[in-house]
Parts: sequence; C-alpha cells; structure tokens
Amino acid sequence: MPSLGWSIVVMAGVTYGLRAVPLLLFSKPIENRFVTSFLHYVPYAVLTAMTIPAIVFATTTPYSGVAGLVVAVALAWFGRSLLTVALGAAGAVWLVEILLV
Amino acid sequence: MMVRGEAASGVRDSVPIALGYFTVALAFGLYAAKGQVPVWAAGLISTTNLSSSGQFAGIVVMLASGSLVQLGLTVAVVNLRYVLMALSLSQRLEPGVRWWQRALVAYGITDEIFALAMGRRRVPVSYFLGLVPLPVLGWTGGTVAGAMVGEFLPPTWQAAFGVLLYGMFIAIVIPAARADRSVAAVAVGAAALSIALATMPFSAGLQPGWRIIIVTVVVSGVAAWLAPLPRKDA
Repeated sequence: MPSLGWSIVVMAGVTYGLRAVPLLLFSKPIENRFVTSFLHYVPYAVLTAMTIPAIVFATTTPYSGVAGLVVAVALAWFGRSLLTVALGAAGAVWLVEILLV
Repeated sequence: MMVRGEAASGVRDSVPIALGYFTVALAFGLYAAKGQVPVWAAGLISTTNLSSSGQFAGIVVMLASGSLVQLGLTVAVVNLRYVLMALSLSQRLEPGVRWWQRALVAYGITDEIFALAMGRRRVPVSYFLGLVPLPVLGWTGGTVAGAMVGEFLPPTWQAAFGVLLYGMFIAIVIPAARADRSVAAVAVGAAALSIALATMPFSAGLQPGWRIIIVTVVVSGVAAWLAPLPRKDA
C-alpha cells in the first residue's frame, strides 16, 4: 500500500493541476464539439456512479440506504436545496435504522 | 476601496456554502476515521483538495489499497469537470488578471463556488477570492470534527451522516436530469452500468476507483457521441 503522505500529495497535485492548468494556459474557448459534450456529461456520470449502488451499502441495513436514496431523489426532484436534500436523506436513514435495527 | 467591497461581498455570499460544506464534511471525516486515516491527514486532504466527490473517490481507492496510479487517475476523472469550469471561468475573469492571481483563483474552483461566481458577467478576482476562505474553513473544520467525534456516535447516527455526501451528489444530478433528457439518460445509464459492474461475477472484484472511471468514460463518451451539445454551448 502506497504511503499516506504520497497519497495526499498525488490527490492534491492532480486536483490543483486540473483547476490551474486550464486557467493559466487557455484563454480561448474549446472548439471541439465532442470534447465539450464529453466534459458536460462527466459530472453527472461520476456522481451517479459514486452514489449507486454504494449508498445502499453505506448504512447498517440496505433498507435504510434505499430509504435515503428515495427521499433524496424526491426532494431533489422538487427542487429543494443541496443542504435540504442531504439532511433529508440522512433523516430518512436515521428513522429507518431506529425502527429496524 | 472597491477591492475591499468586492471581497467583502464575496465573503458574505459564501456563508451558506460554508455551512453546507461543514455538514457534508462531517461525513467525509467520519468515513476517513473509520478507515483508520489519522485526523490530521483527513483534515489535510480536505484543505488541499477542497472537492467532495474527488477526495471521497480518492479515499475509497486509498482504503482499498489501490496504487498511486489508480489514485491519481480516479481523482483526475472524478474532478475532470474542474477543467471545464476553469476554462469557462478563464473567459469570465476581469481583464488584466495576473498569472499568480489566476493561480490563486484556481485553488477555489468547486461546484458551488463556481456556480456563485457565474452569477457575475465579469468576475472580479477580489470577489472570487472573497468566496473561498469560509468554505475552506467549513470543509476542513467539518472533516476534522467528523473524524474526531464520528466514532463516538451511535451506529444509527453514523449511518445517517454517512449518506450526507450521497445526498449532496443526488441534489446536483436530479435537477439537471429533470431539465435535460440527455442528462437523465446519462444518470440512468451510469446507474445501470455501475450496478452491473458491481454485481456481475466477472467484474465484482473490480476496485471501486476503476469502476467509477469505466462508468464515467463509457457513459459520457456514448452521450457525447449520441447527444452532442449545440454548437454555441460554453
């Protein structure tokens, strides 16, 4: 297993590089249509892949994970704020765990 | 005087972000502590990365004892959207910005700070840099608090805090999916492929970092091919 120190350096360096290099080097917009489209879809694919199926297994029982997922999707669907959605998911998980565990 | 005014309004605008970050970072700190990552390291990761999904994916790889290459690649793919944000921000910064100012601005690019800054047609550097300190404080403070007190919480509370980050991700994806059918298709496709890879016998042993990379590249690539953005989109 790589050392903790190097892991932190790699994460910080890669993250900062992604933010800084375009800002320092490019002052013109990207023209390539495939590249701009690809970059446009990346965040949604990433966030979904990280959430599903992991959220179901992040809790003590899959039932509470599913409850958190459903409540979060519903709240987000009706346009609630980031904080409300996150707290709503946590509240649903807490409630189901109290009832079932 | 102008500079001070812009910076101050940046600080004011960032208060809700800082509070939200503190809450969500509790979950990251808790997750790191559960994986035996020391408190100082969790805090340092948060201060230097300032990216919820990127460092979360990174720590998943770290805890699975992935290689440094896998770690770097995973963080790069998950944070690839910052390239897009940095590019569009570089179009909107006020004229005459020095390179070291750009280097400072780069550190503060997150989904939420970027979204706030985009509320201005021309983004003054002092306003942008005013947006940054409180969220950094909230993010780091939440991480440290979560890592320190997390393990003393009852399991039901740990489980509840553990889904905060996922809730935040869902809050970003769902409204965009509702507004745009292509984004909705991306979300459904990514969920399906992710479940498939995580459960199929031949791929269930795949490390989470690689699974996230594969899903992202395949689904975004197919979407960009089938549903490219209209020409003028920035």
